[in-house]
Amino acid sequence: MASLDDLKKRISSVKSTQKITKAMKMVAASKLRRAQESAEKGRPYSEKMNNIILNLSNNVSDKENSPKLLVGSGEDKIHLCIVMTSDRGLCGGFNTNIIKKAKSYFQKILNEGKTLKIITVGSKGYDQLKRTYKDNIIEKISFKESKYINFFDADKVGKIIIGRFEKKEFDVCTIFYNQFKNVITQIPQEQQIIPLKTSKSDKNSSEDNYDFEPEEDEILSNLLPKNISTQIFKAMLENSASEQGSRMSAMDNATRNAGEMVDKLTIQYNRSRQAAITKELIEIISGAESL
Amino acid sequence: MSEGFKLEIINPEKSFLLKDSVLEVVVPAFEGDMGILKDHISIISFLKPGLVKVFTSNSNEETYYVEDGIIEFKNNCLSILTSNIFDTKKIDKNILKDSLTKAEQDSKDPEISDQKKYLIDQKIDVLKSLTLN
Repeated sequence: MASLDDLKKRISSVKSTQKITKAMKMVAASKLRRAQESAEKGRPYSEKMNNIILNLSNNVSDKENSPKLLVGSGEDKIHLCIVMTSDRGLCGGFNTNIIKKAKSYFQKILNEGKTLKIITVGSKGYDQLKRTYKDNIIEKISFKESKYINFFDADKVGKIIIGRFEKKEFDVCTIFYNQFKNVITQIPQEQQIIPLKTSKSDKNSSEDNYDFEPEEDEILSNLLPKNISTQIFKAMLENSASEQGSRMSAMDNATRNAGEMVDKLTIQYNRSRQAAITKELIEIISGAESL
Repeated sequence: MSEGFKLEIINPEKSFLLKDSVLEVVVPAFEGDMGILKDHISIISFLKPGLVKVFTSNSNEETYYVEDGIIEFKNNCLSILTSNIFDTKKIDKNILKDSLTKAEQDSKDPEISDQKKYLIDQKIDVLKSLTLN
C-alpha cells in the first residue's frame, strides 16, 4: 500500500490536473460559441452556391463540353482525399473519428486497385496518418498561425486543389470533415467535390428557366473553382465548431473523472491514516498488557 | 402588393445585408451594369469589380463596392454572393489604395488571359474613382 505521503502527492497532482481541464473546458466553451455562430452564418452562402450550381448544371445542354470540374476527367483511377483535422489535440474523439472514416475509405479505394493521394489539412491528421500512409501523402497544410478561420485560407486550399486537378494529378476529389450537429454530436462526413455530385434530386429545379448572362458554360467555369473554395471553407467552419464542441465535452468528462478520482484517493488516504493510528494504539495497548 | 423585392447579400462569413423590400438594385454584371427591378426574369450572372447600388426608396441610395460575385434573381428575390464587399461610406481608403497598387501590378503581368485583364482593368477604374472621392 502506498504511503500517506505518496497519497497526498497524488491527490494534489490530480487536483491540479482538474484545474487545467476545467480551464480548458471554459476556454473551449467560449470559443465554441463564436465558432458555432460563424458556422451557422456561413451556411447560407454555401447552400446558395450549391443551389445555383445545381440549377446551372441542370440547364447545361451540352454535357460533354461542360467544364471538367463538373463532370470529372472521365476517368476514375486516382483519388485525392482531403482530410481536414484540427491543429491541436485534447479534443476527445474528434480527430480519431475523421481518421477512422477516412481510413475505411482509403481501404476501399486501395482494394479496388486505384491510386490514392492524400492532402492533410491540420497537423493532427498528418500525425495520425503518416504511419500507415506516408507514401500517399502528397501535401500537408496547416493554418496554425491564423487565429480565426477566414475565407482567404480556404481559398488557398481550393487553389492548390484546382491547380493539381488542371495538371491531371487526380480524377476524383473527396473531403473529410466533421459536421457540427450539437455539442455532443459531431458527424464525420465525406463529400465528393470533384466531379461535383448533384446529390439532391432535381425535383423543383427543372421547371426554373433562367436567363444567363454570359453563357451557362462561362458562368460555370467561373463558378466551379469558387464553389470548391466555398465547400472547403464550409468544411473548415464546421470543423472548428466541432473541434471546440468535442473538446468541451471531453474536458467536461475529464474534470468529472478527476473529481471522482480525488474522492476515491481521499477516502483511501483517510483509511490508511486511520489504520496507522489504530496500529499504533494496538501496539501501545498490547505493550501495556504484557507488563 | 408592395412594389419592392427582397435582397440578400451574402459573403462567406455571414449574411452581409438583408432587406425585405428594395425598389431597384444596379449590379456590375460581367457584360455591363444591370438594373434589376421587381418581376425581372429569373437570371443568373456573375459580377465584375464595381459598385452595387441599392435603392430602398426613391431618394435613398446605398452603394457597395464588390470585387467579384454571382447573382441569382428568382421569384422576386435577389441573392448576391460575393467574397469581398465593402460599404463605400465606411471603407478604409488605405485598403483601397493597397488593392489598387496590387491590381496595377497584376495588370502588368504579360501572361494573363484577356478575361482576367478585362476584370483587372475594371477593378483599377473603379478603385481609382473611389480613391479620388
